[in-house]
Amino acid sequence: MAVTGEEAIFGDSVITTKLDSAIAWARESSMWPYIFGTACCAIEFMSVASSKFDISRFGAEVVRFSPRQADLLIIAGTVSYKQAPILKRIYDQMTEPKWVVSAGACACSGGFYDNYTTLQGIDRIIPVDVYISGCPPRPEAFLEGLMQIQKLQAKPSKYLEKRSKRDFKGLLDA
Amino acid sequence: MLSMCDDKIDFDRKENNHYIVKLSDMKKAIKFLKESENYNFLLDITAVDYSKYKENHSKRFAIIYLLKNKDFDNLVILKAYLNEDEIIDSITDLYKSANWAEREVWDQYGLKFKNHPNLKRILNHKEFMGHPLRKDYPTTKGQLCTKTDDLMDEMVPKLKAKGYENHEDLMFLNLGPAHPASHGTIRNFVALEGETIISAVSEIGYLHRGFEKSCENHTYNQIIPYTDRLNYCSAILNNIAFAHTVEGMLGVELPERGQFIRVIIGELSRIIDHLVCLAANLVDMGALTNYWYLYNPRETAYTLLSKLTGARLTNSYMRIGGMTHDLYDGFEEDLKECIKDVEKGMDDSLSLIEHNRIFQDRSQNIGIVSGDDAINRGFSGPNLRASGVNYDVRKNNPYYFYDTFDFDVALGSVGDVYDRMMVRFEEIRQSIKIINQAMKKLPDGEINVSNHAISFPKKQNVYSNIEGLMNQFKLVMEGVKVPKGEYYRSIEAANGELGFYIISDGSGTPYKVKVRPPCFYAMSALGDMIEGEMIADAVLDLGSLNIIAGELDR
Repeated sequence: MAVTGEEAIFGDSVITTKLDSAIAWARESSMWPYIFGTACCAIEFMSVASSKFDISRFGAEVVRFSPRQADLLIIAGTVSYKQAPILKRIYDQMTEPKWVVSAGACACSGGFYDNYTTLQGIDRIIPVDVYISGCPPRPEAFLEGLMQIQKLQAKPSKYLEKRSKRDFKGLLDA
Repeated sequence: MLSMCDDKIDFDRKENNHYIVKLSDMKKAIKFLKESENYNFLLDITAVDYSKYKENHSKRFAIIYLLKNKDFDNLVILKAYLNEDEIIDSITDLYKSANWAEREVWDQYGLKFKNHPNLKRILNHKEFMGHPLRKDYPTTKGQLCTKTDDLMDEMVPKLKAKGYENHEDLMFLNLGPAHPASHGTIRNFVALEGETIISAVSEIGYLHRGFEKSCENHTYNQIIPYTDRLNYCSAILNNIAFAHTVEGMLGVELPERGQFIRVIIGELSRIIDHLVCLAANLVDMGALTNYWYLYNPRETAYTLLSKLTGARLTNSYMRIGGMTHDLYDGFEEDLKECIKDVEKGMDDSLSLIEHNRIFQDRSQNIGIVSGDDAINRGFSGPNLRASGVNYDVRKNNPYYFYDTFDFDVALGSVGDVYDRMMVRFEEIRQSIKIINQAMKKLPDGEINVSNHAISFPKKQNVYSNIEGLMNQFKLVMEGVKVPKGEYYRSIEAANGELGFYIISDGSGTPYKVKVRPPCFYAMSALGDMIEGEMIADAVLDLGSLNIIAGELDR
C-alpha cells in the first residue's frame, strides 16, 4: 500500500494515529498507583516494587501517596469497617479516569475474616475493576492485575465516558 | 514469697497457677507485687466471659493480669471474678502500659475501670455498639462506621497539661491512617508549633480483624493460618508461638529434630523481619539504596520458604505437635545461599550508613526511651534491649535448646532510633550464628510428636486402613482435644515477647485466645516519645519501633 499523508512527507519520523489511541497509550504506559496497603498484601507489593519483579517495567513505579496524583488505586490488604470511610474518601478524591484493583482475598471478599470487624469485600464501598486472588497474591499476580487494567485503559474513549457515568451505590453512599 | 503480703489479701487460693484475688483487693495486690517484690513488668491484661463455659462460675467475667519480676524469670497471673456492673480499679498510675490494655478490655468485654484517664474504645470504631468478645455477641455481626474520631477528647487534656489553654496558634495534622510513613494503617494526630510536635496522640484499630473472636470457632490447627497474619513479616515465628503454647497445655514436647527445625526456621524468620524493618526505616530517612540492599535478600529467603512450605509470606508451616513436613533435600545449600545474601546485603548497607554523618545525625538521640520507662511501658524484644535492658526470652526462659547455643544478646545504651536499628543489625548476625550451630547439630529422627490424639497419621495409613482413616477424620473434624485449663506461654518473636493466653474447655476449639502482642505496647508509647521532636523524627521513631499492624490490631 502506498504511503500517503504526513507519513509520506516525513517518513519514519512521524506516525499518524487517532488522538484516542495516543492518549490511551500514554496513560497505560505511565500509571501512577496509590497503594492502599493495610496488611500482608502490602508486604508482597514491596516485592512487586523491588528489583526482582520490578513494576517499573510496566511504567507504574511512581507510587503516589496522594490520591489527587494517582489514577490507579491498589487495595492491598484487609479493610475493616473502621477503615471503610477512609477508603471511600481516598477513592472520591481521585480524578477520572481512575481504576481500582482489589488485591488479595480480604479486599475481594473479606477472606477468612468472616467476623464483626471485617468488611466483606471492598466492592461494597467502591467499584472495583480487577480482582486479584491469593492470600497474599504472588507478585506475578499483581503484575497480571496491572496488565488487565492496561487492557481496559486501551479501550476507546466512549467506553471511558460511559464508565465514568456508571451508577454505583455503596454502603457509605447515602 | 507471696505470703509476706498484707494478710487481708488472700494469695493462697490458687487455681491453675493463677492467684485468685478478690476484685476489691486486686489493685492492692498488684501494688504490693510491684513495690515489694519488684514485679515491674506488666505483660498483659485481659478478661474472660464465662457465660458459655461448661462449668458454672458464680460470676460471669474474670479479669486477668500477667506480671513479670525484674529479672524476668517469674510470671505471676492474678485473677479476679466479677460481674458486669462491678468496677475495677485502674492501675494506670502503676504501669503506663495498663492504659491501652484497660481500654482494650473495656472495648472488647465492656468491663469498666475506675480512675482511668480516658476509658474509650481502642480497636473498634466509635459508632460500634456492644462488646464483641462477649460470648453473646454474634461473630459475624458487622457494624458500619461512617465517621472518623477527631481525637480532640485526647488532645485537649494533653495540651492543657502542657499549658496550652488556647490552641489557635497551633496547627493540627493527621499522620495517617493512610500515609506513606505510617507503615500500614496507623493514625498519629499531632499538634504542631512550626515543625515541632507539641503534643501527639495515636489511634489504632484500623486493621482490627477479629483474630481473637475467630479463634473461638476454629479448631487449634485451623488457627495456625490466622497466626501467620499477626506479624506477617515473620509468619513462622507466630506459628511457633501458638503451637508452643498449645503443646504446653497438652504437656508434650517435640522430638529433638522438630525443635531444631523450629529454631532454624524461626531464626530465619527473625532475620527477614528485621530486614524489612531496617529497609523501611532507611527509606523513611531517604536512604533508598539501602532498601534494595536489604530487601532483596528477602527474595532469596522467600524462594527458600516457598520451596519448603509452598508459600512465600504466610507459610502456615507449623502444626500442633510438630510441622507439616521435614526439610527437603538440598535445604542446607539453599540456606547457605540465603545467609550469604543476607550477610552481603547487610554489609553493603552498613558500609553506607555506619560511618555516615547524615545517618548518625538523623538517628542518634532521637526518640529516647530510658530502660525503666521501657519496662514500665511494656516494651519487649529489640525495642527494650535498645534501651539497655537485658531481657530476651531465649536467654531468660530458654526453650528449644536455646541455652545450648552460643549467642549474645545485643544491647543498646541510649534507647534512641540509632540503638533500635543497630540492635536489629546485630540480632541478624546473632541469628545467623544460631542457625549455623543448629544446622551442625541437627539430629535425625521424627519431627512430630508421636501421639495419635495430636499428630496426623501417615498418609499411607489413612489410605490403607480404617484406624488411620478414623484417626485423620477425628482430628480434622473435632480438632486436637486440649485439656481443660488456662495457660500462658511465650517465645521471643522478632518484635519481642509474643505470648498466647489460652483457655480451653476440653474441646477441640479454644474457649478464648488472647495474644500478647509486643507491638501494641510499643505503639502506646509513641505519642509521648515524639513530643518535642520534629515531624521528620516522628516518622523515624515509628519506623524504628517496627509496628506491624496485623499484630498491633489483631
